[in-house]
Amino acid sequence: MTDLTRRGFVASAAAAASAGLIAKPAIAQSAWPNRPVTLVVPWGAGGGTDATARIVAAILEKNLGQPFNVVNRTGGSGVVGHSAIATAAPDGYTIGMVTVEITMMHHQGLTDLKPTSYTPLALMNEDPPGVQVKADGQFKDIKQLAEFIKANPGKLKASGTGQGGIWHLALVGWLNAMGLKADAVPWVPSNGAAPAMQDLAAGGIDLVTCSVPEGKAMIDAGKAKSLAIMAAQRNPLFPDVPTLNETLGINYSVGAWRGIAGPKGMPADIAAKLTAELKKAYDSSEFKDFMKARGFGTVWAPANEFADFMAKGDASMASAMKSAGLAKS
Amino acid sequence: MDVILTALGLVFQADVLLTILLSSMFGIFVGAMPGLTATMATALLVPVTFFMPPVQALSAIVSATTMAIFAGDIPGTLLRIPGTPASAAYADESYMMAKKGETELNLGVNLVFSVLGGLVGVAALIFMAPSLAELAINFSSYEYFWLALLGLTCAILIATEDALKGFIALLLGLAIGTIGIDPAAGVPRFTYGNVDLLSGVSFIPVMIGVFAVSELLRNAPTINNAAHTFAQSIGNIFTGIADVFRRYWVNFLRGSILGTVIGALPGAGADIAAWVSYAVSKRASKEPEKFGTGHIEGIVDATSANNSALGGAWIPALVFGIPGDSITAIVIGVLYMKNMNPGPSVFLQNPQFIYAVFIVFIIANLLMLPIGWVAIKSAKRILSVPRNVLSPIILMFCIVGSFAITNSDYAILIMLIGGVVGWILEENGFPVAPIILGLVLGEMLEQTFMTSMIKSDGSILPFVSRPIAGILAALTLVVWVGMAWRMITDRKALPGAA
Repeated sequence: MTDLTRRGFVASAAAAASAGLIAKPAIAQSAWPNRPVTLVVPWGAGGGTDATARIVAAILEKNLGQPFNVVNRTGGSGVVGHSAIATAAPDGYTIGMVTVEITMMHHQGLTDLKPTSYTPLALMNEDPPGVQVKADGQFKDIKQLAEFIKANPGKLKASGTGQGGIWHLALVGWLNAMGLKADAVPWVPSNGAAPAMQDLAAGGIDLVTCSVPEGKAMIDAGKAKSLAIMAAQRNPLFPDVPTLNETLGINYSVGAWRGIAGPKGMPADIAAKLTAELKKAYDSSEFKDFMKARGFGTVWAPANEFADFMAKGDASMASAMKSAGLAKS
Repeated sequence: MDVILTALGLVFQADVLLTILLSSMFGIFVGAMPGLTATMATALLVPVTFFMPPVQALSAIVSATTMAIFAGDIPGTLLRIPGTPASAAYADESYMMAKKGETELNLGVNLVFSVLGGLVGVAALIFMAPSLAELAINFSSYEYFWLALLGLTCAILIATEDALKGFIALLLGLAIGTIGIDPAAGVPRFTYGNVDLLSGVSFIPVMIGVFAVSELLRNAPTINNAAHTFAQSIGNIFTGIADVFRRYWVNFLRGSILGTVIGALPGAGADIAAWVSYAVSKRASKEPEKFGTGHIEGIVDATSANNSALGGAWIPALVFGIPGDSITAIVIGVLYMKNMNPGPSVFLQNPQFIYAVFIVFIIANLLMLPIGWVAIKSAKRILSVPRNVLSPIILMFCIVGSFAITNSDYAILIMLIGGVVGWILEENGFPVAPIILGLVLGEMLEQTFMTSMIKSDGSILPFVSRPIAGILAALTLVVWVGMAWRMITDRKALPGAA
């Protein structure tokens, strides 16, 4: 009895497998997607990257008629998820949301993965950092803060993410632009923007260089205030927060971005179709409304521009990280 | 008043009530399955809530997590396998009670005090959210350092037989916790170029391994004894509850308050609340020698605490957008998605939604009584399944639960290694619970110490000069001196007793 069922199972499995072998290439090329697609997110459920990925997945699912399953592969400061995207089969059935960390981690020596390890599909979002301080603290505006840092290097402490994270490099870049060294404001590593904003309120640190939307809850609560953003223009959602350029005359801007990419070597037709679908998603009112509600910036770049964008970001990160003493070589 | 009526109107809709009922059943299932945690229940609900209106989405999460934390007690009692990390602190104690034939009393206490503790947490959320949030927000890394140290001390406090072996197990947990990216400097440690090891060793697969897999291994030699089942039948679970309440109402209050406060502190949730309140209960008990032998006292504290922590964790999440635990870390994302941006203004902009959440919290806790009762009754049927059938099924759920943590087979490997190591340790008289505590609190201890030292430019003065930090430091010292004193006096007493 046992033998019989086992043999039956093996036979049917073999049949299914061979059928799959014959049928698969033909179908995969003609009518992608004909089965569910996995969208890997290197960060946890409920965070900003997760939410952005889920709204994109929901729109793709609606337009393409196949489920787009969001899978969170967290840990290792983003290495685990980024590696899962890069090492998946490049058949168009596993894609992922890559984030700014892909231009940073390899300089730190955490991984060999870099922007060129992927098939870029589209850039969808970018958020500039802000400079947040305690609401009832001594600093009234960004000028006063900048003067204090110049007069007392090493006195103030800043936080916003882990050591060598994007907000850390935002701080270093700003300090460098003012002609200061990276250690003029020592970095206190944290588990993300929310804990850093809490520590700001608790009096543990003096400034937080996360994005303004990430600090919004504490700002609304009257515990913190935003003195400036490191961007070319003001954020329409926070019109009272000036840019560094208009206050200090420093033309420095940097940002945390999110885009969609697949493993290297994806078929060109599938990649082109995905980019076109992502453009449709980007232009939809669902996406725009969602991003606006959370205060997230929307930026569009198709595959080739996204690749250039990442290459440029990678080069500027290399020099920023070297000057901060964060690059490994 | 209008707002409350509007909120009631939002909740008492057929689809919302159905959501509460279905999510509750989902929560009971997830919580009772070893390896599927309340946090995972929330994460699994995120894609579903994406398509729901705000009240329905939040109702789903509130009901599922409320049920899951209680349901974790059921396998803890019956199989010595905690269903969620929040039940790990007293799984041993509960199992000892079951062995003594007190399964009914144990599960009844777990159910009733989970409901009561949960209601205390909700009451705090409703009436004291702003003031508790103000307290919680004042905790910086200096304060968390002392909290982590006090938490680790619990491992020794609750070590039943041999404090030294408990200490060694704790150090093992701390050592495993150092694998991965160093939380302060961002440098990889003990990763050998392996991508999976970069993410460290998650405590949940380890917990499943050392509790569940090791238990399966222990039972393996006698597995074909087909007549043998895991536990005896379950009668009326509500007998004797009134007695327990009369005797241990102080424990209930203490556990619930402690749980609420720990839940409200960002970064510590139901699992730590259970450990701490169980240890406090033993420390304050008139009969500490009964702890670990199947004694109900500590369970009253801990099972109240882990459910009250759930409501507590929503306090900083709603008021400041700061997660109180890993569940609310996900909830904050859902709140943003539903345009209910956390912050004090959420009470002004969308008060009807917040009141609706409060109402759902109360309903879910009350609903726990009948649903929990049914769950316990059906657990009894599961237990009458022969072991050689049940064991492989449990193992399967362990594998599924571990896989879900990392979405890869890496966690399954951790679970299996944890199982073998846990089995060897327990055969040699080492308790396994401290390993989990070391893993949970090790990173917090290291990170808070390192970041504090960076902030203070290497001075240790702020560890004691900040008011709350100073109080916590003094408390830690008192506990340690008390432990040392007891050890010395015990040693003096020993020769006399022998």
